[in-house]
Amino acid sequence: MNVSEIHTLLVEQFGESKVTGIQSEAVDPWIEVAPEALAEVARCLRDDDRFQFDHLNNLTGVDYLEPDPKKAKEFDHEPHVEVVYHLSSYSLRHRVTVKVKLPRWKNDEAGQLPEVASVSDIWAIADWHEREAYDLVGIHFTGHPNLRRILCPEDWVGHALRKDYEFPLEYHGIRGR
Amino acid sequence: MSVQVEDPRVIEFDVRTDEMLVNMGPQHPSTHGVLRLLLRTDGEIVHEVTPHIGYLHRSAEKIGENLATPQWIPYTDRMDYLAGMNMNLGFSLAVEKLIGMEVPEKAMTVRVLIAELGRIASHLVGMGAYGLDLGSFSPFLYAFREREIILDLFEEVCGARLTYSYITIGGATHDIPDEICIPPGLAALIGRKPTEKVSWMQAVLMFLEWLEPRIQEYHTLLTRNQIFIKRTADLGILDRDAAISFGCTGPVLRGSGVEWDLRKDGEPIYTRMYEGYDFDVPVAPFDAAPPEAKLGDNWCRFYVRMMEVVQSIGLVRQAIEKYPSAEGTYREPYKMSTKLPTDECYLETECPRGAMGFYIVGTGNAEPFRVRAKSSCFCNLSVTAPLSEGYLLGDIPAVVGSLDVVMGEIDR
Repeated sequence: MNVSEIHTLLVEQFGESKVTGIQSEAVDPWIEVAPEALAEVARCLRDDDRFQFDHLNNLTGVDYLEPDPKKAKEFDHEPHVEVVYHLSSYSLRHRVTVKVKLPRWKNDEAGQLPEVASVSDIWAIADWHEREAYDLVGIHFTGHPNLRRILCPEDWVGHALRKDYEFPLEYHGIRGR
Repeated sequence: MSVQVEDPRVIEFDVRTDEMLVNMGPQHPSTHGVLRLLLRTDGEIVHEVTPHIGYLHRSAEKIGENLATPQWIPYTDRMDYLAGMNMNLGFSLAVEKLIGMEVPEKAMTVRVLIAELGRIASHLVGMGAYGLDLGSFSPFLYAFREREIILDLFEEVCGARLTYSYITIGGATHDIPDEICIPPGLAALIGRKPTEKVSWMQAVLMFLEWLEPRIQEYHTLLTRNQIFIKRTADLGILDRDAAISFGCTGPVLRGSGVEWDLRKDGEPIYTRMYEGYDFDVPVAPFDAAPPEAKLGDNWCRFYVRMMEVVQSIGLVRQAIEKYPSAEGTYREPYKMSTKLPTDECYLETECPRGAMGFYIVGTGNAEPFRVRAKSSCFCNLSVTAPLSEGYLLGDIPAVVGSLDVVMGEIDR
């Protein structure tokens, strides 16, 4: 099944308010899902016999922001954060990319992490991938059983893959820059 | 041997023992690098495992946002440092997919040849180190003797022995050399003079001819060794559904009975490379398995790797046969300043340790806006906790070793 067909079926089931868009021109076409509907759409993608996406290949976050004001004019994207889910099915041999767009900060207050539902109860590997996305990109996955940093130390400040991240000057007496 | 105790606190005569936290790693020799496991033990029985990773985190993804794509290839070498060639290939293919680049047939043949040699070298370390984990020292020495020759051959091709950066966007950095002196290690093994000149391909064939019968010796040393079987069979059983849910790939997935190899089931840009090659995908259960072995246990995972070495030997031979008649050049030129389109792509390739994925987002600059390396070992390691609970403390290295993780790839 190709991505357009998957999108049509999802829109039939959930409506356009939950399955908000498709980009079929991209190298890897993707479907955009509203953040509040992610958990139910993800569960349907895994459990529905037509989809059977039993494998979560990859889960990651991307921070769309151009911190350099000179380059910001040519930058096509509005500032936002995306969570990207790459799914595939062993039995039906198809692939899909699902995206959720979130604000960079919850309620536009810097430091308040944006929230999206965790899918760790749907695919077990999402547990670790979400911890990594939390650690490096700064996304809060609600309902995650153990949302701690995974690669950085637990007392690390900030989220390194945010585009406006500033490298700390000092960490436990170790000079940074 | 798993120990079944209904209430793990009650061992005998209702004697209660205190729980103890045992810290295994990050400098423990059997944790394959800097993995730290926090074990909650009751006597000898482990009933909670918490892996702590990140000791080798080098911010490779953040660095990638500031470099043109060819400049990031050396960083991929340093992820899975035992299979640098395969990592280079994965990233190069992902960039080629993003910009829609076609690679000539000759370059593809070189890539298959090199990637499969890399797989043999990597599985040799996996096998040797696993023997070492279980207290058998000799297979490690034999495995490194063999691997050394592959490294010598790679050195003749690209000058490097560990971090190659050889396979690059558009093909490979150099063509295969015409004439070399037989690498001294190989010359000593096969009784030739190291000053003798042969073609590189001939040297590879000489090596394969020498390696192939040795695999039987490894089976005698490890696979069919009763002590090895006792320590691996029926231990660390990962069932099919758990393997899929935990996103396991590569030998770990195939050891649990899922027939899935990206060289056959992957995306066209990758499977095209392997078109016309004849090879099998070893999947558990095996006829050669000892009666104690169960589907998805340590023994099966180990045996999948051993069988893959045999398949890779066949693939290298076929690539050598194809090479003289392959059309085109070894490299399609790619400029450092080539701008990436405003688009994104994700591509997985079959590395020795599983499906290594690269996700690249371009925004019209030569530097990717975001580059992500999805590590196969990261997913494979995440099953450690469910896999080792309820076993004896001494069995933990056997379980972790069977996953064959490389921390450089997990921590990136």
